[in-house]
Amino acid sequence: MATNDALTATGHIHHEAAQQQRGVMVTKTEDFGTDLTTLNLGPTHPATHGIFQNILQMDGEKIISGVPTIGYIHRAFEKIAERRPFYQITPLTDRMNYCSSPINNMGWHMTVEKLLGIEVPKRAQYIRVIMMELARIADHLVCNGILGVDTGAFSGFLYLFEERENIYEIYEEVCGSRLTTNMGRVGGMERDLSPVALEKLRTWLKRFPAVMREFQNLFDRNRIFMDRTINVGPITAERALNYGFTGPNLRAAGVDYDVRVMNPYSSYQDFDFEIPVGTNGDTYDRYLVRNEEIWQSLRIINQALENLPEGPYHADAPHYYLPPKQEVYRNMEALIYHFKIIMGEIDAPAGEVYHSVEGGNGELGFYLISDGGRTPYRLHFRRPCYIYYQAYPEMVVGSTLSDAIITLSSMNVIAGELDA
Amino acid sequence: MSELNTSPAAQQKAADYVKAHAAIGNEQILARLQELFGADTFSDVEEQYGLLTATVSREKIHEIIDVLHGEEQLQLNFLTTMCGVHWPDNEGKELSVVYQLHSLVNNIRLRLKIFFPIQDPVVPTLTDVYATANWMEREAFDFYGIIFTGHPNLIRILNVEDMDYHPMRKEYPLEDGTREDKTDLFFGR
Repeated sequence: MATNDALTATGHIHHEAAQQQRGVMVTKTEDFGTDLTTLNLGPTHPATHGIFQNILQMDGEKIISGVPTIGYIHRAFEKIAERRPFYQITPLTDRMNYCSSPINNMGWHMTVEKLLGIEVPKRAQYIRVIMMELARIADHLVCNGILGVDTGAFSGFLYLFEERENIYEIYEEVCGSRLTTNMGRVGGMERDLSPVALEKLRTWLKRFPAVMREFQNLFDRNRIFMDRTINVGPITAERALNYGFTGPNLRAAGVDYDVRVMNPYSSYQDFDFEIPVGTNGDTYDRYLVRNEEIWQSLRIINQALENLPEGPYHADAPHYYLPPKQEVYRNMEALIYHFKIIMGEIDAPAGEVYHSVEGGNGELGFYLISDGGRTPYRLHFRRPCYIYYQAYPEMVVGSTLSDAIITLSSMNVIAGELDA
Repeated sequence: MSELNTSPAAQQKAADYVKAHAAIGNEQILARLQELFGADTFSDVEEQYGLLTATVSREKIHEIIDVLHGEEQLQLNFLTTMCGVHWPDNEGKELSVVYQLHSLVNNIRLRLKIFFPIQDPVVPTLTDVYATANWMEREAFDFYGIIFTGHPNLIRILNVEDMDYHPMRKEYPLEDGTREDKTDLFFGR
């Protein structure tokens, strides 16, 4: 078939020729391979929510294979970190999973504290827990809101984004910034929770559950939403573990692994909460798991706020924690410490530390090798997105293009964390 | 300053914490590993902040991780992460790969390291055991030029394809070393 060869060579199929060919294909399945279309999904496409490319081989609307290309916003954080003092690495972590920056910040601070042996006071730990759980809620709100948009329902997204905005206002009150927060310091928080921050937090805690319930009423048992998401992009627990899944995506497949419970950090053992798990590991389960995690995070925040201990909000570690600014102007020692910390002139002990926290998307790990200098010798970020995104082709092969899009949004792949 | 910089107290605290919370202690893990693979397989055994760390030879790494994947007592069957490290002063052992295994059942972790010369950066792939090793190995290849034999698709992943060096090696400084306008006599760059 001369026409077939010509079609294969260019990789494009003329519409009429394709129509003709389909007629033939019904009887001759061996010729199937000649009817494939190559579809370039991304790198910039509104439905990918980030810059990454998938080259899909399509048979009609069915995906035969997918080849992901990543690295479009690779910023060499691991290399940059080798030249920076520890406190200057915190802003780099902001830019990994930028939907839940405070978790990244705190995870990094805790890694350094583990290396230095700094004991953080209870109050600082509780404030950290509150901020981390707010970040988790913001992260899940974005993911589930956008899942709604991709299935064709815009209103849920707008409801939720208002609440995300309110969370960002609480961040602003606590650390001064909203998206890339650079929150806290090695040794604790940079300031105590102000009365305004507490007030905003309490108001939000009263207001949010009703909005969340409304969102769930719109989606949870919505026939269209269920038809679009159930059995879409499923993964078994066994494959998910083999692919190194963690976080809500692994829990949706039925494995109850949560770093907060298995290796508690920052006083998570003090709180009473549950780990929601799914059964099928499909898009609908991922959606439900994230929703339930939002409720569990609210439980944790309420408990932390109720039992917020009195006391200092940072550790007594003058070599690593900046002195108060008014002291710097009046007190010689404070000026010296301020100067040494800012110039990165304080060496850290040599050693190797691995510390992980439960990020918005799973186990966010920091593997730090210190050779005793002012900067890390090597810093490796275990980025959950990077690790689980490689399962994407396996999850979408055989499904339609529209299913591939919502699988991607329910996996919550954040380009910043993917590429680091 | 000195007591913070040596931090034996921090080491001890972390080690005590791991001992109290893990179902299987590090001594038992090590004993089991030596029983499975022989006592002389593991060198430089240490507990850094409570995490059992051992060095093995690159010829054995695939066998060890493969056997541990199906082993039922420790159940170290989750590859948490893996990365390359460059030690330019370490004659004959300039490059290193660090593997970190986790048991989600017993909550134990194990860190395994291999060292090899930079002229011969060849390591067996783990992709036949763990699907997740695929991109981790591509990253180590991209950053350090470590070649994983048997890898199905060993190409660069984060950097551009026509890059002709491996940027995380220590001989490539982050900033242009010839610049003089940024030199600081007191604090260095």
